[in-house]
Amino acid sequence: MNLKITNLKAGLPDKEILKGISLEVPSGEVHALMGPNGSGKSTLANVLAGHPQYEMTAGTIAMGNVDLTELEAHERARAGFFLAFQYPVEVPGITVGKFLKRAVELRRGEEGKFNVSGYITELRSAMDFMGMDQGFINRYLNEGFSGGEKKRMEILQMLMLNPNFAVLDETDSGLDIDALRIVAKGVNKLRGGKFGSLVITHYQRILDYVKPDKVHVMVEGHIVLSGGPDIVNELEARGYDWVKEMKK
Amino acid sequence: MNQAEAPVAGLSDYKYGFSFPDKSVFKPDKGLSEDIVRAISAQKNEPEWMLEYRLRGLKAFQRKPMPAWGAEIGDIDFDNIYYYAKPANQAVKSWKDLPEDILATYDRLGLPEAEKNFLAGVGAQYDSEVVYHSIKEELEKQGVLFLSPEQAVAKHPDIVRKYFGTIIPFNDNKFAALNTAVWSGGSFIYVPPNIRVEIPLQAYFRINSENFGQFERTLIIADENSFVHYIEGCTAPVYTTDSLHSAVVEIVAEKGARVRYSTIQNWSGDVYNLVTKRAVAKEGATVEWVDGNIGSKRTMKYPAVYLMGEGAHGEVLSIAFGGKGQDQDTGGKMVHTASNTSSVITSKSISKDGGTATYRGLVKIAENLKNVKSHVVCDALILDRDSKSKTYPYMEIESDDVSMEHEARVSRISEDQLFYLMSRGLTEEEASMMIVNGFLDPLVKQLPMEYAVELNRLIELEMEGSVG
Repeated sequence: MNLKITNLKAGLPDKEILKGISLEVPSGEVHALMGPNGSGKSTLANVLAGHPQYEMTAGTIAMGNVDLTELEAHERARAGFFLAFQYPVEVPGITVGKFLKRAVELRRGEEGKFNVSGYITELRSAMDFMGMDQGFINRYLNEGFSGGEKKRMEILQMLMLNPNFAVLDETDSGLDIDALRIVAKGVNKLRGGKFGSLVITHYQRILDYVKPDKVHVMVEGHIVLSGGPDIVNELEARGYDWVKEMKK
Repeated sequence: MNQAEAPVAGLSDYKYGFSFPDKSVFKPDKGLSEDIVRAISAQKNEPEWMLEYRLRGLKAFQRKPMPAWGAEIGDIDFDNIYYYAKPANQAVKSWKDLPEDILATYDRLGLPEAEKNFLAGVGAQYDSEVVYHSIKEELEKQGVLFLSPEQAVAKHPDIVRKYFGTIIPFNDNKFAALNTAVWSGGSFIYVPPNIRVEIPLQAYFRINSENFGQFERTLIIADENSFVHYIEGCTAPVYTTDSLHSAVVEIVAEKGARVRYSTIQNWSGDVYNLVTKRAVAKEGATVEWVDGNIGSKRTMKYPAVYLMGEGAHGEVLSIAFGGKGQDQDTGGKMVHTASNTSSVITSKSISKDGGTATYRGLVKIAENLKNVKSHVVCDALILDRDSKSKTYPYMEIESDDVSMEHEARVSRISEDQLFYLMSRGLTEEEASMMIVNGFLDPLVKQLPMEYAVELNRLIELEMEGSVG
């Protein structure tokens, strides 16, 4: 599904961070969002997912024909929006299996008539696909996971929840090359149909494995440049300084 | 809001807040005096020695100051309490012989059903007296005694005199003294040597009257190498004025015996719950307290084990939920007076809606002991900014050969945790509930199944509508 952000302004109560973002990812495409540290990329990811800490002061967010602007985080998730977190949160005492069962059940709107054995089969095969040990099913969610394990867990959740649109917030940070490949494999699995995605990253590395249809560059809360995948190489060669200039 | 639907003092979530009209057959006036104590004793046709003991308790109560520590309890009005109310003329052995409203009460609490399904014996107390009592025949044949303490005084005075007041003396503290003066109802259990009572025995304490004081007295004696699991449940109606529950529980675990005592206290939000619970574990004996405090306005309760024989082991598992207007001041106490003894205190508390949950514990290790181990863990979860958690872990260690570990952790439900779960489709309320369940999970796993289910259900009720 497509994601359309129009003139989005948002930030913390005393600090505007996103200063009028307009961006469209058409149905079935994967776009990359790049930018230097502190440019507002993660804020955008959180605002899109409905983090209550951020205040939206202007603009609209739509996914397909669903207007997400006024929806709470859980309503956005049930509508098929997914955020893979940069820093997945630990939830002690809740097992991965139990948590994902509930999330999948809610996503599919199958409360009370959920097929549990079907779910477990699906979960096991998704874990195999992601190269994850089945033992994770009974571990507490993200508790004591390594950085790489947390990121795989995010992608596993994404596969299970089968979203219409996913934002991956610096999923590549802190991953070694093997883990990066596996994460990319997960994203690529969903490509092909209507699934759309915005991959947020600081580096070009992940984009070697997840080829974006289009690249956007964000600086100080503005999108300053949009274009084809070639931009990635140019950023790699020249750094971010020249795009910072463009803003001025 | 429609007038008729207005919640009573914000306690409408409390499921057991109903009451029936007071139909007591004997109920002296409010307030405490020697006459009242004598009247209670006379009602019970007690021997002189018990009356004397009560009067000593009364004097100690009048003499002792209120505790200068713990929960705020200064506003208890001792003159505005009924100290005794006899609901029926005699205890019965069949539910259907109970007066109609009393039976209806226990039906709504699910007690007859629970007895059928997973209990070996049940005592049901309504205000001051035990109105129903039963025990499985095979246990009776093995010599297991499960009686009201009044019956025990009448039928087994030798055992009662040997133990009553020896673990918690009449002047131990102000509220133990009060209990000694006006005690009524409770349980008396004696398990003969080598007998294992595999299915739990349960007592259920119900307050029906307003401005009432319930003072049950429980004495459990597990003779050598025996085992018993005793469960206590409590509820009360919701009134706008306060009631008082002040029990004394004494346990003796003789050589090699094991006693497990589980409580899920769910008093209504207008009950002061000030209870003294103490056990003695002799050589190789084990005593475990599982102490869940969900209800009440104020609770002060620190189950204790005195480890007095070599190889004795004590455990306290404490779960407290401090909600709106509540202060749960709970914990545990381990006193090691013999070598090769060990103890564990695990406390998990949750506070929300401006409530307070306090862990207060003491580990005391006497002089010249060898190989003593103690482990104390307290975990607190605070659900919002208005709520409080406090920790007071006291230690008095006078031996050198001691392994003492203490861990304490306070955490808050963070906005990030909630957001993470919400971003996967859970409502804020369900996300909080999931975090709370996760926090309690390691502890709930150790409860008997039926009680794990009951505890989860109670916590869910407490959590309902808590986010908004």
